[in-house]
Amino acid sequence: MEIDPFIFRLSIFILSIFIGYYVVWSVTPSLHTPLMSVTNAISSVIIVGAIIAALAGTSESIFNTSSIFGFIAIILAAVNIFGGFLVTQRMLQMYKKKKDKKK
Amino acid sequence: MISANLAAISYLISGILFILALRGLSSPDTSRQGNYFGIAGMIIAVVVTFLSIGNFSASLVYVVLFLVIGGAIGAFIAFKIPMTAMPELVAGFHSLVGLAAVFVAIAAFLNPAAFNLGNVGDIKLASLIEMSIGAAVGAITFSGSIIAFLKLRGIMSGAPITFSGQHILNLILGIGIFVLIFYLCKTQSTNIFWTVIIISFLVGVLLIIPIGGADMPVVISMLNSYSGWAAAGIGFTLENTALIITGALVGSSGAILSYIMCKAMNRSFISVILGGFGADNSTDDKKEKKDQKPVKSGNAEDAAFLMKNASSVIIVPGYGMAVAQAQHALREMVDKLKKNDIKVTYAIHPVAGRMPGHMNVLLAEANVPYDEVFELEDINNDFANSDVAFVIGANDVTNPVAKTDPKSPIFGMPVLDVEKCKSVLFVKRSLSPGYAGIDNELFYKDNTLMLFADAKKMTEDIVKNLD
Repeated sequence: MEIDPFIFRLSIFILSIFIGYYVVWSVTPSLHTPLMSVTNAISSVIIVGAIIAALAGTSESIFNTSSIFGFIAIILAAVNIFGGFLVTQRMLQMYKKKKDKKK
Repeated sequence: MISANLAAISYLISGILFILALRGLSSPDTSRQGNYFGIAGMIIAVVVTFLSIGNFSASLVYVVLFLVIGGAIGAFIAFKIPMTAMPELVAGFHSLVGLAAVFVAIAAFLNPAAFNLGNVGDIKLASLIEMSIGAAVGAITFSGSIIAFLKLRGIMSGAPITFSGQHILNLILGIGIFVLIFYLCKTQSTNIFWTVIIISFLVGVLLIIPIGGADMPVVISMLNSYSGWAAAGIGFTLENTALIITGALVGSSGAILSYIMCKAMNRSFISVILGGFGADNSTDDKKEKKDQKPVKSGNAEDAAFLMKNASSVIIVPGYGMAVAQAQHALREMVDKLKKNDIKVTYAIHPVAGRMPGHMNVLLAEANVPYDEVFELEDINNDFANSDVAFVIGANDVTNPVAKTDPKSPIFGMPVLDVEKCKSVLFVKRSLSPGYAGIDNELFYKDNTLMLFADAKKMTEDIVKNLD
């Protein structure tokens, strides 16, 4: 009997929850705000779905109902990706400055 | 065009890079490297998506264009946003993830062939379930985050909005979503799909409006978690490993943060969700009581004198410091104290501020070295051996009532043992109670000196008096 590929994805999902559990507990509490902003940024990897949807239009109809939703989702996710990573970087940079000063 | 297998492996690699991004945050030293891993993971995922579609038609130009527009907006916000506004920024970002999930689900529903999910009206059952769950959770995340954003921004009152039958209504709507998804699977009806999304938007609003402003650290973490589950739901639909891994990571991250926040307030997650906290109805009694008790109040000169003659000072910052933007003035004050060989440390309660780690970021912004900043359990024993506690903008997290009065709504909540210090300086605008609506006993202790002023102005005045 063959195993449904869904089961494999479910396995990846559940194992990732465990990885997430242990990794996040090891995050130092002083970095909880950057943790939230970076998780925000990475969850915007949903942009891959948006790109697939947007590129599904044909050259005659670049903008059909389905691809328009894709295009809007691209903007939303892009705001999040750039905003999320950059604001995280900005915050983490502040944690660095002091260390250099001390040296 | 690259093979599906190569694409799948690339997605796995970007998933691993995302894990490393979170792993990096275990210490400030490795955190920046972690962030680069995250960025690399994102670039791989996006590039591989383009390559595996291999459709470089006219659409591509628009895709890149929209990507650049969104990116520019995001970059602009990231550089402009003041650090004190991080909670609302994060709430705003959550809403975008949620909405993006909804839109991707809609796109997949309208054009399933593009995603290899079957045809319109004949979408694979599993995919249909996955995309409707993804869309529903995404919609809840979106509207919930919008409400959280409005509350944090002060556009909407932070007071809980409750009405009778609220929980039953939420329950009915929640069950309704599942019933509709069941019928959606049977009929493949577009109208039902839209209805699911609309009801989910409504549920998001209803879930967040009864939660009071000071429970925001839990709400933000919770919405963080939801945005992850929404992403995971879409990941299953798209059969995309990167998205599934990320969704699971973000989902568990948000859940853990919610747990930490709830524990720090000694409240069960359920009671926070059900909301209504802070809507105290016995405020009249309290006002009377307050007038009767004597309070010692002082000015900047007194405070400066006390601190100059201390050998150790512990600073307890709270949300009030963020509101008054007092972190830079505070740092200046600490510098002056250090010059006089006074030991200064910072004590941070997990729920100080409006989001997890909020105070740490503000102190970091003001160039406070992170090894001077301590968490509750690491510093609580030091209060007894310290001369002065300088409480700036915090309130409930210092209230000794939590340890002494079993009838108090915050009884059992871990608090900073500020009252054990020889003297306590309490910067506050008035005697008004904190979010919990309870009077702080600390105000009336003999060793407490109240400094009634705006946090920033008072700190600046103290700096002047320290010369």
